[in-house]
Amino acid sequence: MITIFRIRRFNPEAAPSMPYFQEYKLDTDRADTVLDALIDIRETLDESLTLRCSCRGAICGSCSMRINGHAALACKTKVQAMASERGVVQVEPMNNMPVIKDLVTDMAGFWEKVRQVQPWLQPAGQEPEGEYLASSESMNHLTGVMGCIMCGACVSDCAALEVDERFVGPAALAKAYRFVADPRDGAARSRLLALNEPGGMWDCTRCMECIEVCPKGVGAMERIMSLRSRGIEAGVPSTSGSRHAEVFADLIYRKGRLDEPMLATRTFGLQNLSRLLSLLPMVLRAFVRGKVPKSGPLHRAIPGVEKFRRLFQRMEERP
Amino acid sequence: MKFAFFPGCVSKGGCPELYQSVMEVYPRLGLELEEMTTASCTGAGVLQEKDRKLGDVLNARTFALAEQAGLPIMTICSTCQGVMSQANHRLTTDPPYLAAVNEILNEEGLTYRGTTQIRHFVWILLEELGEQGIRQRVRRPLTELRAAPFYGCYLQRPSEALGFQDQPDRAKSLELIMSWLGLEVVDFPGKTRCCGFPLLTINEKNSLRMVASHTLDAKRNGADILVTPCPLCHLNLDGMQSRAAGQQQADIDLPIWHLPQLLGLAMGMEPKRLGLTRHLVSTQGVLDKLGSAVA
Ligand code: SF4
Ligand code: SF4
Ligand code: FES
Repeated sequence: MITIFRIRRFNPEAAPSMPYFQEYKLDTDRADTVLDALIDIRETLDESLTLRCSCRGAICGSCSMRINGHAALACKTKVQAMASERGVVQVEPMNNMPVIKDLVTDMAGFWEKVRQVQPWLQPAGQEPEGEYLASSESMNHLTGVMGCIMCGACVSDCAALEVDERFVGPAALAKAYRFVADPRDGAARSRLLALNEPGGMWDCTRCMECIEVCPKGVGAMERIMSLRSRGIEAGVPSTSGSRHAEVFADLIYRKGRLDEPMLATRTFGLQNLSRLLSLLPMVLRAFVRGKVPKSGPLHRAIPGVEKFRRLFQRMEERP
Repeated sequence: MKFAFFPGCVSKGGCPELYQSVMEVYPRLGLELEEMTTASCTGAGVLQEKDRKLGDVLNARTFALAEQAGLPIMTICSTCQGVMSQANHRLTTDPPYLAAVNEILNEEGLTYRGTTQIRHFVWILLEELGEQGIRQRVRRPLTELRAAPFYGCYLQRPSEALGFQDQPDRAKSLELIMSWLGLEVVDFPGKTRCCGFPLLTINEKNSLRMVASHTLDAKRNGADILVTPCPLCHLNLDGMQSRAAGQQQADIDLPIWHLPQLLGLAMGMEPKRLGLTRHLVSTQGVLDKLGSAVA
């Protein structure tokens, strides 16, 4: 099958050094991965094409790049699954990190953020006689996160990082969870306190890009949500994020449904009156535009809410 | 075809024009709706930050109510749909988990057997009416309109829970339906990205950056309007647009339409009846532009 590879090229040493797209035509086989094709291009068509790879078997994590707009391991992605009707596959370097040359990105910032979450075990108390023991159940739970191969795909496509490079990002947060949830670790609270700061676990926008692109099913966003609930449980100082989640849950308990004015008032409340007041012009304009439901701005509870509340109580009784 | 209609909190709260437009268009599509008045909020992914199992219990309750009525559920919100699809995926792929959830549901005398179908309005248009069913209802082809789709994360990811494997067209449902309405579909990279709404309370600055980036990008690609099946995207992209424009010192002014409004207009209905006058970013300019085609 003739495939056209539309590859984003960049050479910092060329003048002028502006990224551009270059197309290569290649005869590809049904079994070919994008990595096979790129290596073929380098060997037969253009030896200046620069890329990074090692294992070719989805283990080392070095061949992440954007294929048709989404990050993926080139060695795990079949050409035929990606070719458009016209036989085109677009290949670009990962996003949210500097490009060194062509498809090779600088991972220094990635590793810096992983180091920031102190990715090593910090046991508390006396050292045991033998080994540190952990139940197999707890370790099984952790295998999902431990499967991370640090390929950076999640970081490349993260929507929160795209607008704010200070965000610690999905890979580092998944790694943080791996230690917060490890029964042998004694530093969960200080870890959660650090993650509670701006740029930490509350800055994720829940876009699920990291879940979708991860080649190893790590589910970084799920881990971030678990960090948030553990943070709330551990009583870390409230943020507008944690108050929002708490108030949201309480409103559903009371009414069975959302009550937007209440949610905003109680989330910002007296702690952040200026933020609440800053929403007023928008609310007023919404009123003028008739953007208010027929039943008025205050929401009544769903019918049968008393019975419904018992589900919450049952949940609280559970072990 | 008859559905248990789950309108969601926002279409009955901050985006009443969405509910209004759905009520206007559905009878003309041959759909029959029975509104679920006793169902609760899905938790919108926020409750799940605090307690995911609690979220699954509340959603299983809604699924059980529909199952009792023998009806599939119809949602009109990407977030409701995604949160419900994910909950249903967990419940139906893990029998012991479903049993544990049912044990709590028994408190209300309910059991969920795992058979309820949950579908977004957009998917119903795609899969029940299809190209022919939609084209034959178009009275005013909107050929002069250039519109860009904006899905909302929850209608795109995670693809596994959303059934993209069996229904691959769901990934491009908006583009397909919009093209059947006769308009020019504008493609742009932001169409499947996050609108920033979940960050609004936590980090407004970053949330507004997302609003500005996507709306400006769509405009640069030539869009007259952005069309969304998600009222939460609408709240941020429409409601916060002027503030995002201020933050970036840019002129945006891009009207954000709910998909049922676009459908209704193409079916020949009056803009006012579809709630098109109830937006913060005025739709008037676009309606004027369509004047000749719409008159
Ligand atoms: S879900 Fe959160 S961490 Fe994952 S890609 Fe989106 S913003 Fe980034
Ligand atoms: S979480 Fe997944 S996508 Fe992110 S670095 Fe690890 S393996 Fe790669
Ligand atoms: S080359 Fe090692 S993961 Fe692709």
